[in-house]
Amino acid sequence: MRLMRNRGYFAAFIVSLAASFGVQACSSSPQGTAPSSDGLTGKLILTGSSTVAPLVGEIAKRFEAEHPSVRIDVQTGGSSRGLADAKQRLADIGMISRALKPEETDDFQGFVIAQDGIGVIINKANSVGAISDRQLVDIYTNQIQNWREVGGEDAPITVVNKAEGRSTLELFLSYFQLQNSQIQADVIIGDNQQGIKTVAGNANAIGYVSIGAAEYDIGQGAPIHLLPVGGVEATVETVQDGSFPLARPLTLVTANPPSGLTQEFIQFAQSEDVHDIIKAQNFVPVQRKELAQTLR
Amino acid sequence: MVWSLQAIAAIAGALVLLIAAFLIGETLPVLQKVGFLPFFTDPAWNPTEALYNLAPMLWGTLFAAAGSVLLATPLGILSAMFCQYYAPAGIALLYRRLIELLAGIPSVVYGFWGLVTLVPLIGRLHPPGPSLLAGMLILTMMILPTVALTADASFAKVPPAYLQGAASLGLSRWGTIWGVVIPAAKSGLLTGVILETGRALGETMAILMVCGNVVQTPQSIFDPIRTLTANIALEMAYALGDHRSALFVSGLILMGLVTALVIVADAIAPEENHG
Repeated sequence: MRLMRNRGYFAAFIVSLAASFGVQACSSSPQGTAPSSDGLTGKLILTGSSTVAPLVGEIAKRFEAEHPSVRIDVQTGGSSRGLADAKQRLADIGMISRALKPEETDDFQGFVIAQDGIGVIINKANSVGAISDRQLVDIYTNQIQNWREVGGEDAPITVVNKAEGRSTLELFLSYFQLQNSQIQADVIIGDNQQGIKTVAGNANAIGYVSIGAAEYDIGQGAPIHLLPVGGVEATVETVQDGSFPLARPLTLVTANPPSGLTQEFIQFAQSEDVHDIIKAQNFVPVQRKELAQTLR
Repeated sequence: MVWSLQAIAAIAGALVLLIAAFLIGETLPVLQKVGFLPFFTDPAWNPTEALYNLAPMLWGTLFAAAGSVLLATPLGILSAMFCQYYAPAGIALLYRRLIELLAGIPSVVYGFWGLVTLVPLIGRLHPPGPSLLAGMLILTMMILPTVALTADASFAKVPPAYLQGAASLGLSRWGTIWGVVIPAAKSGLLTGVILETGRALGETMAILMVCGNVVQTPQSIFDPIRTLTANIALEMAYALGDHRSALFVSGLILMGLVTALVIVADAIAPEENHG
């Protein structure tokens, strides 16, 4: 049963179709990661967030290309699984799409590899240009039910929320200080793509997705646009300079201070060698000095 | 020779039992902790706060399946009837090919089409769009080939002597179909209905994409719903501990539904399994 779960067999067909690409499933247990004299050998297993997995999958491919006798398996299953697997040593490294919580820093070491912002999206046909945090909370808790009340047309608002357990949802709830049970959603979605398609197809919908994914789809012609949050424009640039408030670090976690192959891989994932991969995936590379802080 | 057949049959039979045992094993932790009743009496489905009411999703599953079966069954049987007894040979052949094609489209493609075309259409009619109605319509399209093809096959199996007998009695074409063909093909038609119902209950991907996935008992066909299958698919990747066990309870209930369906089918058509 443990073996079945380890394979992420459900994760494979879940909505995160895109996330599944480049992600390999494997059921072996982690092995020794000591570097040999003529370079790195061994095997790494990473599990966790479906937001982080495609990025780490690409980074792992490049790492394998540079170190041919290293094999890296990346599996999805959500941030909670990343933490659980790292703790139980089922994975060498866990992937989470948030920062470590204060109570988790005793058990885990965290290494930020990139930033991701969460942007509020509405349909392009919607004339509303900006809404305050207060109004957004009222919309999500059904205090405001019509776009007219926030300066739009006379149309009922379709509230798009995320399914339980997703870290996007957690970050959204904690920033707006909401409980999930307070939210009165009209549609509940799984991944970013479903969210973007839902808002693109409904002129009165409002939702929230990864800014990287939204910018990419807007570039591809999706009829949506990003609203500012807390008065700050939602762009990759504001996420990068730290001014955008609704942002999250994509983090690698280990249960012990990393050594050997694990350490090599984490350093590689934080190096400038992978900034092009991070940008290609619509995430935001982290500045050197911020890294120093997270490493302490 | 006989023993190898016995072994193969035993393996096939054991598969179902193994899956059932696995499901029950996975659900035990949460069933021992909270019992079975809270899955129907809790105030909400909020597994991270230890609230596990599955009833709205059970209703969602049942409504979506029932609606689609009600739509697809007459559509499938009547079109098969047209194809067998009214259509010229060329059109009948074309019709069969098209229906087979419909059966071959992967469910995720139906879902995607539903999400970008059907849901916005319903949204213009009655917001928000993702709804029980969208689920019913998508399911109807997906199960139509099942019922149409089985109906077509069972009409084709009606012995020609019956039709000749009816003709010699001077029955009209409709009289022949209503009085002779349908009674003769009854068990085949029923099999088709049961197969389509099973498929409607179990469909996941397309339903997940068009139904809105809000956990509530629908008050109208324009309300969003979440089905038991969508619940598993949406949350399984992110579930741990009791939450995960509770999702297996969804699966167990679903399996119970299908088992009940098979039992009902056996009760209604006993001759079908013995002849």
